[in-house]
Amino acid sequence: MLSDWLYIAIFTGIALFLPGVAIFLAAVLSPKKPDPIKTSTYECGMETVGEAWVQFKVQYYVFGLIFLAFDVETVFLYPWAVAFNKVGLFAVLEAILFIAILLGGLIYAWRKGALEWV
Amino acid sequence: MTAMQIIFLIVAAVTLGGALMIATSRRMMHTVLWLVLTLMGVAVLFALLQANFFSVVQVLVYIGAIAILILFGVMLTRRSMVDAGESLVHKNWWVVAVVIALLFAAIVISIQPWGAAHTPLVELMEFKEPISDLGEALVDPAAYLIPFEVSSVLLLAVMVAAIYIAVDRKGGKS
Repeated sequence: MLSDWLYIAIFTGIALFLPGVAIFLAAVLSPKKPDPIKTSTYECGMETVGEAWVQFKVQYYVFGLIFLAFDVETVFLYPWAVAFNKVGLFAVLEAILFIAILLGGLIYAWRKGALEWV
Repeated sequence: MTAMQIIFLIVAAVTLGGALMIATSRRMMHTVLWLVLTLMGVAVLFALLQANFFSVVQVLVYIGAIAILILFGVMLTRRSMVDAGESLVHKNWWVVAVVIALLFAAIVISIQPWGAAHTPLVELMEFKEPISDLGEALVDPAAYLIPFEVSSVLLLAVMVAAIYIAVDRKGGKS
């Protein structure tokens, strides 16, 4: 079982190594002749206004909270999905009830306009 | 020392280092990013304990959702994002360190008589898909069916309350 995690560890190592090598090589090979225009912040050719760290809309938080609820739902449904072959029709109906109760939350969010981008 | 112990020591050091950086970072934003590193370290510790499901849940829920919520919370409060402020390390930090060391020693001493503290841990040799067992138990009426469905109601309550607090205001101010 732990050898499965070894694959993830190797993958993580490669995933960190490749961008690191790319950034390192770019830093070594690239010519550096900075001037004020070159070092200025650019954004698709437009001149930037203000700071990058601006206050975000509260809407993101509502989306985050709804996402959290469905994330926890996933945690409950994942073991059920793994055991799907072993459990009968009754268990499927239970899971459908589980999802239906949460669907009420989604419908409430929809009705209240929480999903609309203001 | 086995390879496992070396991995454990490295992961534990990274986790504790991340926790230390949470307490001492000046910017709130950096604090949240260090928190993500610490939670990731805990996930790896779960994996080392062969608690695979906990490890996945740790990444999915804590890093995937709760850390993102805290990040949004920081982004919503503009001042705490921009202001670096003074260092959060108080000048009498060593008093706190001594108190924490004493508390830790008290906990270690108080659990010494407890038998389970001395039980050597054995590696699980027979590995029989515990997630499948958990899934069966969740939908078994003789086991955890009612908590399974009630947790759905709890999540519904969480969503409705969150939407009510954040969105449902007369006058359209959200």
